[in-house]
Amino acid sequence: MAEFSILTHSSPGDVVAYRKGRAISAREFSGEVASLAERLPERPFILNDCTDRYRFAVVFAAALLRRQVALLPPTLTPETVRRLVGLFPGVYCLTDDPDREIELPLEHYPEASSGALGYDGLPVPDPEQLAAYALTSGSTGVPVPHAKTWGSLVRSARAEGRRLGMVAGRHTLVGTVPAQHMYGFESTVLLPLQNGAAFSAARPFYPADICAEIERMPGARVLVTTPFHLRTLLNAEGGLPAVDLLVSATAALPPQLAQAAESRFRAPLLEIYGCTEAGQLATRRPVQGPEWRTFPGISISRAADGFRARGGHVAGEIRLDDMLELQSPERFVWLGRSSDMINIAGKRTSLAYLNYQVSSIPGVVDAVFVMPEETEAGSVTRLTAYAVAPGLTSADLMQALRERLDPAFLPRPLHLVASLPRNSTGKLPRSALAALTECLKEAS
Amino acid sequence: MSPSEAFEREVADLMISTLNLDVRPEAVDPEAPLYREGLGLDSIDILEIALVISKRYGFQLRADNEDNVRIFGSLRSLSEHIAAHRAGC
Repeated sequence: MAEFSILTHSSPGDVVAYRKGRAISAREFSGEVASLAERLPERPFILNDCTDRYRFAVVFAAALLRRQVALLPPTLTPETVRRLVGLFPGVYCLTDDPDREIELPLEHYPEASSGALGYDGLPVPDPEQLAAYALTSGSTGVPVPHAKTWGSLVRSARAEGRRLGMVAGRHTLVGTVPAQHMYGFESTVLLPLQNGAAFSAARPFYPADICAEIERMPGARVLVTTPFHLRTLLNAEGGLPAVDLLVSATAALPPQLAQAAESRFRAPLLEIYGCTEAGQLATRRPVQGPEWRTFPGISISRAADGFRARGGHVAGEIRLDDMLELQSPERFVWLGRSSDMINIAGKRTSLAYLNYQVSSIPGVVDAVFVMPEETEAGSVTRLTAYAVAPGLTSADLMQALRERLDPAFLPRPLHLVASLPRNSTGKLPRSALAALTECLKEAS
Repeated sequence: MSPSEAFEREVADLMISTLNLDVRPEAVDPEAPLYREGLGLDSIDILEIALVISKRYGFQLRADNEDNVRIFGSLRSLSEHIAAHRAGC
């Protein structure tokens, strides 16, 4: 195995993926990649739209061999697609959805593309080659690209595999997150490819589907998921299958949810800390405490404008949008995102910190704080909070908040709601929250 | 109101209360799509509704053995799907 090869499986017969009940070997995967690479159009950038995780992996690898850069945008609204065309002339979309409609040149995943090429046939990509641009939404509406070389993706995925204790040929992954986002890309595609593991091609949706998919997988099962999906799974009726490892990212997991997940799935839960700009940086096991430990080689330092990460797979130095309590360059406690810093009557905190606090209250299923637009100059604008907490009254919740927060940050008003308008990645768009607020105003 | 219409009203009530939608149950067109242009539900709403359905009607929705898009195609198709799968019927 070359240092930067696409696959790390030790023999051509090793399973790379399970797709619709069938095991796919490293040999078959390699053949399909080589065959697809020959059929891709001559274009510089590719939007890999395949929902099927196996097909996503084949397309990514084939594009890599053709030196086409994969784009990982935060969303695919018509506006974002228009921006992508402007930023990346010549971009095309490759999809496995026959009914896909998108304003980009469109290619469809070929139904029968298996080639005859053997396992050793795949060339090893240059580690300096640009493999992907992960995009953040940016503050001005123009997506901001963050370059990922093949070498940095490989180093990151291997460091993650070591940290998660993955053993080649033993682990099988089920993911509830799309492969098109940085976390899903790293932890459901690159992680198995770079650690000799196998993954499920499915992206199961309902709790029952997720459980069934886990039960279908042989070996030591790893569920790669988010706090949102974990909540849904824990709230569903019926038992949960045993797994060997739970992996969560995208938002800080409240400790009682981590505890419940560990006991119901009978497995340790590891959380990954990272950001689109830098990729994954650290892990922790939340039931053992709030402290994060960086991946080997990665260190965090304090600079004038915040905290910075460097070393390991991180190219140069990357500024973090987070407030940390640094215990050493390798250990820290996360306090919140600094880009959502708020200041009320001279007291500073962050919305992420407040959201974490309210979500940590027993009985709270989901919750968010919102800073309303300033009303009149000079008056103190108070936070609004929305909470999903079926067993709690407003008074209960306010009491629990009073125990956790400075009085300046207590919500006025606090709305108990049935659910929050989260999008498919579990985030709460500001526009959806604004609509919810209007909706509540009209109702009252 | 026929029994099936009454059941559609019950399911509409359930969705509206689960998702805190600003619409009256009788105003939901039983033939209109529930997501996007219709009631505007997204995949997260559908997961929330699936949870409530499992608690109320005692069965779990599945995407891989039924056509999920068809089930959530309208209030009518969702109600028919629940009626056909609910526990004890």
